[in-house]
Amino acid sequence: MTKIQTLPAAAEGQSSKTSKSPRRRESPGSLAFSRNARIKGLIKHAILILVGGIMIYPLLWMVVSSLRPNDLIFREPGLWLNNLEMSNYTDGWSALTHPFGHYMINSAIVVLGSILGNLISCSMAAYAFARLQFSGKKLFFGIMLLTIMLPFHVVIVPQYILFSQIGWVNTFWPLIVPKLLATDAFFVFLMVQFIRGIPKELDEAARIDGAGHPRIFLRVILPLMVPALATTTIFTFIWTWNDFFGALIYLTDPDMFTVPVALRAFVDSQSATSWGSLFAMSIVSLFPVFLVFLFGQRFLIKGIATTGIK
Amino acid sequence: MSAIGELSTMSRRKGPMTKEEKKANGRDNKAAYVFLLPWLIGLVVITVGPMLMSLYLSFTDYNLLQPPQWVGIDNFVRMFGDARLHNSLRVTFTYVLVGVPLQLAVALVIALVLDKGLRGLPFYRSIFYLPSLLGGSVAVAILWKQIFGTTGLVNQVLAMIGIQGPGWISDPNTALGSIILLHVWTFGSPMIIFLAGLRQIPNMYYEAAEVDGATTLQKFWRITLPMLSPIIFFNLVLQIIGSFQSFTQAFIVSGGNGGPSDSTMFFTLYLYQKGFGQFDMGYASAMAWFLLVIIGAFTAINFIASKYWVFYDD
Repeated sequence: MTKIQTLPAAAEGQSSKTSKSPRRRESPGSLAFSRNARIKGLIKHAILILVGGIMIYPLLWMVVSSLRPNDLIFREPGLWLNNLEMSNYTDGWSALTHPFGHYMINSAIVVLGSILGNLISCSMAAYAFARLQFSGKKLFFGIMLLTIMLPFHVVIVPQYILFSQIGWVNTFWPLIVPKLLATDAFFVFLMVQFIRGIPKELDEAARIDGAGHPRIFLRVILPLMVPALATTTIFTFIWTWNDFFGALIYLTDPDMFTVPVALRAFVDSQSATSWGSLFAMSIVSLFPVFLVFLFGQRFLIKGIATTGIK
Repeated sequence: MSAIGELSTMSRRKGPMTKEEKKANGRDNKAAYVFLLPWLIGLVVITVGPMLMSLYLSFTDYNLLQPPQWVGIDNFVRMFGDARLHNSLRVTFTYVLVGVPLQLAVALVIALVLDKGLRGLPFYRSIFYLPSLLGGSVAVAILWKQIFGTTGLVNQVLAMIGIQGPGWISDPNTALGSIILLHVWTFGSPMIIFLAGLRQIPNMYYEAAEVDGATTLQKFWRITLPMLSPIIFFNLVLQIIGSFQSFTQAFIVSGGNGGPSDSTMFFTLYLYQKGFGQFDMGYASAMAWFLLVIIGAFTAINFIASKYWVFYDD
């Protein structure tokens, strides 16, 4: 298991340890060897570009199709950028009861609430697990790890009953409140691991200076665990933005729809001939995720390599 | 260390508390529980409470309107005779047993190709990883529905070489296959975990093997695979647990009804229909517990089998 423990350094990959073979390749070996290696490299690149192209093609095609008139979508597998028009976007934007921006604002509220909830509650729990000694610690920690693997279907029915009885169906509370209560245990675990890597001497020094746990937590630990907090923020953003199941169950009033349920309503309300505007709104819905991906890549890669979150 | 690793070592660590631990015991209790308070409330109200409640409900007949009626093991007996449920199990097992190994195999192959200090690694890694981020979204499920539709992208491409493709999504024989393909398409996240794992294998092993004249294939079987086995195990456990819970893709691709002729009726989709379509909450709870047992059994089998193939260095 210690294999996985030391992943963080490796996770940064590109910058740190790529030194392995390229250097070896350039040094002493004969000319024939290096030519061989170069050909091998070229083949590798060719394969990777081919596979990558196939992977990415559907997405590119969706982008291009969203800019095409409908009848062309069903005839044009290529990516030519002719006959482009924005009408799919304008049509799609106002195809539902509310303009699509309304659903994006709903999603944004849920996402921001979830991020805040996860950051506060998970970091607090993680501090206790990583730094404090208390009775029942091992038991609680074990339970916390188990809840990571618990399928949410086991709790969804009673949760629904609970939230419907306190009148929270068709509000954002059922989607946000659980996050305030650290139910995304994955992030608790991620933060525990991170805090364990922070030298204990730091908080011991603070304690000698007379700081209590709240102060150590806020002033010493939290500022040092920014990378873990960033990973949590990014993944919470993407997961919550994409969350369909929860929103499908709790949000049945079109006023309250988040982006995924709105998209689904769009699929239902339109006949199969309006793929163009469907694609257009799909692109709109993916755009925030793509932005987060673009700017958060470093943390995303690190987060997934160390903990295996998606 | 991963959550799975932690869990397996926890059960192994049996020694008594160290002196330091004993001394510290109780010292921080109050502070600790304050810090844990949100998590503890969540555990009771959002997790354990609902678990017990759903266990109770699984022995009742409950439609949200009337109070639950105790029916004993009726729901579980009903599950035995429910042909649609059996079918949903078959669909889900096929998805897990075909999709997960296929996805991990692709992830491992690409990770191996990317590993050896290849130029442009960050670029490739991003390209391969992006689908993992988007794969669970409704938008991509919509895209999939079109790509594999009768007049979709795949058939347009096939038509160019003169092949008339089937209606992938509307044909019961291929509908599940296209959803499995969607799963394989999201191989990026296990790939990144593999990449990180490959970086951890000390180069000296390979150098020693080279001195002994080992071939590339021998190096792969004798060094890479055993050294990577904890990571493979980790990915396997994680992907299996996750795949059993897949929902969005099947829901959107099939238009919410698991069609055509129930060929994409995943277990979770059927559970959703029973619980939130027909408000048959008792039966849905019983199904949820059955799912928990299945996932638990798979995870346990994984852990037991791991003793025979997962290699730990320490």
